[in-house]
Amino acid sequence: MITSNEVLVPLMLTLKVAGWATVLATLAGILLAYLIARVKFMGRELLDAAMTLPMVMPPTVLGYYLLVLVGRRGPIGHWLEAQFGISLVFTWQGAVIAAAVVAFPLVYKGARAAFEGVEHQYEQAARVLGKSEWEVFVRVTLPLAWRGILAGAMLAFARAMGEFGATLMVAGSLPGKTQTLSIAVYEAVQAGKDDVANFLVIVTSVVCITILVASGRMLRPRLVA
Amino acid sequence: MRVEVQIRKTLRSSGREFRLDVDFTCQDDVSVVFGASGSGKSLTLRAIAGLERPDAGRVAVDGAVLFDSKRGIDVPARLRSVGYVFQDYALFPHLTVEENIAFPVSHWWRRRPGKDMVRKVWDVLEIFEIGSLAQSYPWQISGGQRQRVGLARALIRKPAILLLDEPFAALDPLLRIRMRQELLNTQWLFKVPMLVITHDPQDVAALAENLVVLHKGRVERTVDLKGPPYRDEKGIPVRGIIRQLLMETSVETNGTQAPLSLGAVR
Repeated sequence: MITSNEVLVPLMLTLKVAGWATVLATLAGILLAYLIARVKFMGRELLDAAMTLPMVMPPTVLGYYLLVLVGRRGPIGHWLEAQFGISLVFTWQGAVIAAAVVAFPLVYKGARAAFEGVEHQYEQAARVLGKSEWEVFVRVTLPLAWRGILAGAMLAFARAMGEFGATLMVAGSLPGKTQTLSIAVYEAVQAGKDDVANFLVIVTSVVCITILVASGRMLRPRLVA
Repeated sequence: MRVEVQIRKTLRSSGREFRLDVDFTCQDDVSVVFGASGSGKSLTLRAIAGLERPDAGRVAVDGAVLFDSKRGIDVPARLRSVGYVFQDYALFPHLTVEENIAFPVSHWWRRRPGKDMVRKVWDVLEIFEIGSLAQSYPWQISGGQRQRVGLARALIRKPAILLLDEPFAALDPLLRIRMRQELLNTQWLFKVPMLVITHDPQDVAALAENLVVLHKGRVERTVDLKGPPYRDEKGIPVRGIIRQLLMETSVETNGTQAPLSLGAVR
């Protein structure tokens, strides 16, 4: 018998973690992609490579890096604990950080391509029409790049939903607290609960396919007369 | 009205070099800078608007210094009070005609004009007879209509000067004739001095009171076209003589090598 605790709780937790992770990754992705796409500086391509790294590195390795950084004895973790009494390890917020880092390159890559696809001429037209750089960004660059950014954000959400390795390293597998869908699947299989595992797998697949179809639509060029 | 332009700039791209060194003054309602592609006229126009930074020189419109390398003045494009009509008009594709025209006079948090600006936007829409297109998007309207939107958007802030980059190149030949006349009417209506760059002799014949011929980055000659023999006693341009003049100057322009693309340099 499948209880709601076994499905609903990890599902809601996963949506919460993936949602917050997507918000964080999208904000950071837009900011950094704009910087890389529009400002020329030394080491630009190196920074680009560094920000793409989470896409190719094993999530467990990333998780380990994160532990070193935000763990009790890590520089960020130590500072957070001393200043605010916050500890990220083994919390759902820690899972958000892990998922955000893993999902970040997807938004970043999408946003960079989208920004680079915006013709300079529109931005220049806005400048000649008396607009400040901030206004050019908000009223011209961002709206014109929006579809690409949104598609990247949706892929990031799908990726964050499926996050396993880094989340497990940072947040562990505490049922009801940090046990997300993908971790719950692993635990269910380990415990021999095949019916629970089947159900969780189907739920995860349906959500991910929905997102991929939607983001594919978002990327298809609009009909232009 | 007096536009003083002295610009020096060197562009380099994959081993090739283009040197712009122009110096001219315009005092008329409509000045035309004529030259083949690669003569540096686009670069000149962009430098006046503040979209390109010269290596050295001075740009002044009606006594207001916009750029002066000696005094370290470089007014940002947004503060230059210059209207600019791009070759393909650069209408914002995500905004309607009304929102495009309202863009310069509306706040950043809303697309539509504020209450105080609605009147102004509709005045301009009516002057250019595009009120019925207000809710259309740029890709839904014709080339001539797009040009009117581009002009309306550039003029709504009443700029000190209007710069036009090949304004008729994107139009059908028949439509060009009509839109040249419209442009002259617009000039008369808004009393705004215009600086047009073109490689089309027809534009020179129809519009120019003052002609600047550019060749390989230098001013080859400047000609006052306001009086005889270039205008008849009614003030109408004598096309044959103007064409003759351009033939003389453009004989060698045909051999110019392909232009350095501005995009490649940036």
